[in-house]
Amino acid sequence: MSDSNSNFIEVRDLTFYRGERVIYQNVNLDIPRGKITAIMGPSGTGKTTLLRLIGGQLKPDSGTITVDGENIPDLPRKELFELRSRMGMLFQSGALFTDISVFDNVAFPLRVHSNLPKDMIRDVVLMKLHAVGLRGARDLMPSELSGGMARRVALARAIALDPDLVMYDEPFAGQDPVAMGVVVQLIRLLNDALGHTSIIVSHDVEETASIADYIYVVADGEVIGQGAPDEVLNSEQPRLRQFMKGLPDGPVPFHFPARDLTDDLLAGVDK
Amino acid sequence: MIIQALRRVGSKGVSFLDTFGASGMFLFQSLIAMPNLRNSFPLLVKQIYSVGVLSLIIIMVSGLFIGMVLALQGYNILARYGSEQALGQLVSLTLLRELGPVVAALLFAGRAGSALTAEIGLMKSTEQLASLEMIGVDPLRRVIAPRFWAGVICMPILAILFSTVGIWGASLVGVDWLGVYSGSFWANMQDSVQFTDDVLNGIIKSVAFGFVVTWIAVFQGYDAVPTSEGIGRATTRTVVYASLAILGLDFILTAVMFGDL
Repeated sequence: MSDSNSNFIEVRDLTFYRGERVIYQNVNLDIPRGKITAIMGPSGTGKTTLLRLIGGQLKPDSGTITVDGENIPDLPRKELFELRSRMGMLFQSGALFTDISVFDNVAFPLRVHSNLPKDMIRDVVLMKLHAVGLRGARDLMPSELSGGMARRVALARAIALDPDLVMYDEPFAGQDPVAMGVVVQLIRLLNDALGHTSIIVSHDVEETASIADYIYVVADGEVIGQGAPDEVLNSEQPRLRQFMKGLPDGPVPFHFPARDLTDDLLAGVDK
Repeated sequence: MIIQALRRVGSKGVSFLDTFGASGMFLFQSLIAMPNLRNSFPLLVKQIYSVGVLSLIIIMVSGLFIGMVLALQGYNILARYGSEQALGQLVSLTLLRELGPVVAALLFAGRAGSALTAEIGLMKSTEQLASLEMIGVDPLRRVIAPRFWAGVICMPILAILFSTVGIWGASLVGVDWLGVYSGSFWANMQDSVQFTDDVLNGIIKSVAFGFVVTWIAVFQGYDAVPTSEGIGRATTRTVVYASLAILGLDFILTAVMFGDL
């Protein structure tokens, strides 16, 4: 797949249930190669689930997820792990290995997947840590980091191998304004300099819209809007408008599905 | 009523078999194709340290006290029949055949098994296992396999140390304190203890216990519900299941080894 115009990821007719709950119903998505694609939507709509489906950690109930020409749900274990070495993922919680230092965390993927000599691994790790502003924190243990710092270390780890695809799960959460600005720029810069494909899952509308090339908005198990940031931001479609502008009233529910409030209050104690 | 009770028993049985099968598959997948030695050996050494070396104190201290108590109790009864010189035989056979492997395994389940379950469960709940997968490393081979092998390797060594320290404790009490003649204490022991029948069978038992305890511990951790409550329950289950498995298996092994079946 050397065609640079092709889509890196194509999701077709994806259906996924969690128990009885529908998370996705016949969803179609394209993630273009070399671009930053943002997936936005209210909490609990399964944005993280989508990243896990792409990474092959969950299997869809039906539909195909093609990453660089290979259908993820059909891949045997060994090939799946090989493909994953070309993906980087920033987990929402950071998910650093707590028994090794910051330096070793970032070095981990390099040690597993490359035969680089020690001093070269050291240089790469220090450069990645420098990019996220934590070169001086290399000897700390993950338990000594704040949430935002841990996520930046995880970001450095996710890009350690310069993967073809980087998935960022809520990269802006918990960052102070300075770090936020740096991370936003860093994601854009990495994408342009290294030419990899990026997916950002976030509900920080402003930051995401400022760097994304294309935005999908998902809610209620389907894609409710897509397009370039300007189109999505200025869309007149009610659901999209409400979400992007953060309006409290509108068709997008703030409440988790429940029966009517009055009924619920009058019903008394459940027997 | 009866139908309902039957149904409940049936569904319990099915879910037990289901879990049992899943844990078997889990173990199989962790152990097939041990990856190259250069990478996995340091991991194994690290686990042997945390599973085995850190259990040394509790095993040795318990062994010492068990041996001393055995000698005291044994002396009182043997002295009634004027045969206190058989003390060495009594203590060594009890420890090598039964108490060494069994008590060491019970302590091991409480000390190392629960730690393994909690550690793996927490790795699961903090998404460390998921992030290993996404980095392209199989957590079964990277996390589970070294812990499992460390348990199987350490258990017999700990059991032997337990018995050794126990016998030494018995000689302290029996010979040095209660005044059993040391020549007859050791000579009786040497006469009655057979290498294959007693020592080797004890080692075989402890290998079996090590296998079962570590298997239960790593599976419960990997299968834990990733919440604080779930990990607490999984840790409890490890200790309960492992203890029951040790005692049940001990009966079966004893029946096969010493029951003349």
